[in-house]
Amino acid sequence: MSKKSMRHQEGDPNTTGHSWDGIEEFDNPMPRWWLWSFYACIAFAAVYSVLYPAWPLIHGATPGLLGASTRADVAVEIQEFADRNGPIRQKLVDAELAQIPNDPELSGYARNAGAAVFRTWCAQCHGSGAAGVQASGYPNLLDDDWLWGGSMEAIHTTISHGIRNTTDDDARQSEMPRFGVDDMLDKTQIADVVQYVRQISGQEHDAALATAGATVFADNCAACHGDDGKGNRDLGAPNLTDAIWLYGGDVADLTHTVTYSRAGVMPNWNTRLSEADIRAVTTYVHGLGGGE
Amino acid sequence: MSILDKHKAIETNASLLLILSFLVVSIGGLVQIVPLFYLENTIEKVEGMRPYTPLELTGRDIYIREGCSNCHSQMIRPMRDEVERYGHYSLAAESMYDHPFQWGSKRTGPDLARVGDRYSDAWHVDHLKDPQSVVPESIMPKYGFLMNQQLDGKYIGDLMATHRFVGVPYTDEMLENAVADFKAQADPDSNYDGLQERYAKTSVRNFDDRPGVSEMDALVAYLQVLGTMVDFSTFQPVASR
Repeated sequence: MSKKSMRHQEGDPNTTGHSWDGIEEFDNPMPRWWLWSFYACIAFAAVYSVLYPAWPLIHGATPGLLGASTRADVAVEIQEFADRNGPIRQKLVDAELAQIPNDPELSGYARNAGAAVFRTWCAQCHGSGAAGVQASGYPNLLDDDWLWGGSMEAIHTTISHGIRNTTDDDARQSEMPRFGVDDMLDKTQIADVVQYVRQISGQEHDAALATAGATVFADNCAACHGDDGKGNRDLGAPNLTDAIWLYGGDVADLTHTVTYSRAGVMPNWNTRLSEADIRAVTTYVHGLGGGE
Repeated sequence: MSILDKHKAIETNASLLLILSFLVVSIGGLVQIVPLFYLENTIEKVEGMRPYTPLELTGRDIYIREGCSNCHSQMIRPMRDEVERYGHYSLAAESMYDHPFQWGSKRTGPDLARVGDRYSDAWHVDHLKDPQSVVPESIMPKYGFLMNQQLDGKYIGDLMATHRFVGVPYTDEMLENAVADFKAQADPDSNYDGLQERYAKTSVRNFDDRPGVSEMDALVAYLQVLGTMVDFSTFQPVASR
């Protein structure tokens, strides 16, 4: 290595005059591109603070000459889509509910819009394919087994007001008694009626217990589930004679249901979704296969 | 240029450098932060906000403890796609009793700012116990252990007093009844008139459908109140804000 001195030499630019143990600091000018970028940034900031909200004053910040507002922007954007879909959505709201599936234009729009609504708001419980969660209390919407009815009107009411929630006074209400916990039936009677329910639903059962269970059923369950056990949609009482079980149809599940009761809750959507959205998703659910 | 010539005095005096640096940083900070406390367009008032009930506040602590904000934000931004998916964009005032707020910025899971009343209690319990049982594609961990952690609300009064210290308007009456209110909210058979008088529009339900107050009760109670306090059917946004 050469022993070239790092000290200030003839022809070098100025130094700052700082010197520590003989180490000096050059005072070279900043690179031009850097300096001008720096000036440009300062100029940009000055212009920006005039055009956009910036300086805090006594009551509010300066609004800026462009009047920028994210709230106003999003309102405009939402309005733009509302205007574009306005006519068909108005038609959807004005239409007779039961007639929507018969109108090709309306139902085409409603099914597609409803599918989007379903995936956003309904799929978490009923599944992205609307098959529900079997035996966990989230009903399958693809079949024709309806708790509260599968007509356009019935589905519309269910979606609007929900089931057994505390947020809508018009929610569908019904309450199965807790036969076991509240000592309305003893353990033997529950075991009997469980066997009877398995009998009428065509499952493996103990015939002797089922015979005793028939009396228990007639005295305690028939009021809601019907003498034949086919259910009652006015009360959301399920049909017990088919093979579709909301909470499971084996002995353990049925015993749990009779002992502790079941009460699925569905939120009301009339406060979150517009009437057009509710009608669209009603049409979508109605068209999944089980619509009546 | 005389003032610039004094630079050497600052650079060679560490204490002076420290004091003057602090001064400069303070001015920068104050200019940015102080206006937020008095400008009318940053402290928009909304109707319906109330402090969290003792049970909800406990649930909020569990939410923080489990690091929910690492995957879930609580801030719906003013954009059409967010408003369509989650509901009305969040207002600053909706976090006025959050210390600290849970806005977050990481969205591995969905935003939770308006998750309240969106699903049933049973869904929340099923979902927290085993998220994949209801949302098969979810990567959320299981939180079933919350069911087994019973709470007695012993320190809830202290927690509320601390929140009052930082500005949440808990009254003396609320603090006195903290433990009673804590237990009442998860027990529909209790006398909860006082609770609902002190905290408007409070839902009293057995959230986890089991006796006693578990951490699950508290967390679900908290989730079910998120974003439900302000009635947006009567709210008129001021566009300049």
